[in-house]
Amino acid sequence: MKAVYFAWVRERIGVAEEEITPPASVQTVEQLVDWLAARGEGYAAAFANRKSVRAALDKMHVTTQTPIASAREIAFFPPMTGG
Amino acid sequence: MIAPTVRVQAEDFDVVAEETRLTQGRRDIGAVVAFTGLCRDEAGTLHALELEHYPGMAEAEIVRVAEAALERWPLMGLTVIHRYGLIRPGARIVLVIAAARHRAEAFAAAEFMMDYLKTRAPFWKKTHRVDGAQGDWVEAKASDDAATARWDAKPSSPAR
Repeated sequence: MKAVYFAWVRERIGVAEEEITPPASVQTVEQLVDWLAARGEGYAAAFANRKSVRAALDKMHVTTQTPIASAREIAFFPPMTGG
Repeated sequence: MIAPTVRVQAEDFDVVAEETRLTQGRRDIGAVVAFTGLCRDEAGTLHALELEHYPGMAEAEIVRVAEAALERWPLMGLTVIHRYGLIRPGARIVLVIAAARHRAEAFAAAEFMMDYLKTRAPFWKKTHRVDGAQGDWVEAKASDDAATARWDAKPSSPAR
């Protein structure tokens, strides 16, 4: 699946987007965060405070407990500050 | 239900032109509320705000919020424009225009749109400082979450 990152999540990870292939055991957004956080220093820094990272699946807001299922794109970003 | 006009763009917008677009040729609209959000510099230290957005989701999420507003109030027009990119202090960032028969719906819908935009539309602001030092990402405010949450308890159509 495609992973996209925004704002300081993007800056800490160091890329704006990438293809990721999580193992079958990764089924929820929370499990994907755990898997990503173990990939390296930048990822660990991006997900250090889990509560301050939001997620979207196929451009819809989701919670950490949402199953990834057949989603094509997952996004991680800080709480929004538009308007 | 009418279809909202939603645009996410780098360019500035013309408030009067957008309002005219909503009301032109209509005789049944009695109230238009237009809200414009500007880039603000309180301390004199801000060179510009950089607005990052999630292309595709930004438009889709604003449409979802606009459709929720249209379900709550009998609006006759609804326009939302949100800019991205580098925006200088004093420049326009966001526009919400709500048109209705009466002012109560127009005021309420415009405020609802802004409260939800701030907490749900995928935009992030980074400060660029006048002194060239590394700017920070603007932090989300708990007061914005509270402003959004209060709509859960409110009746849809305010009393007139």
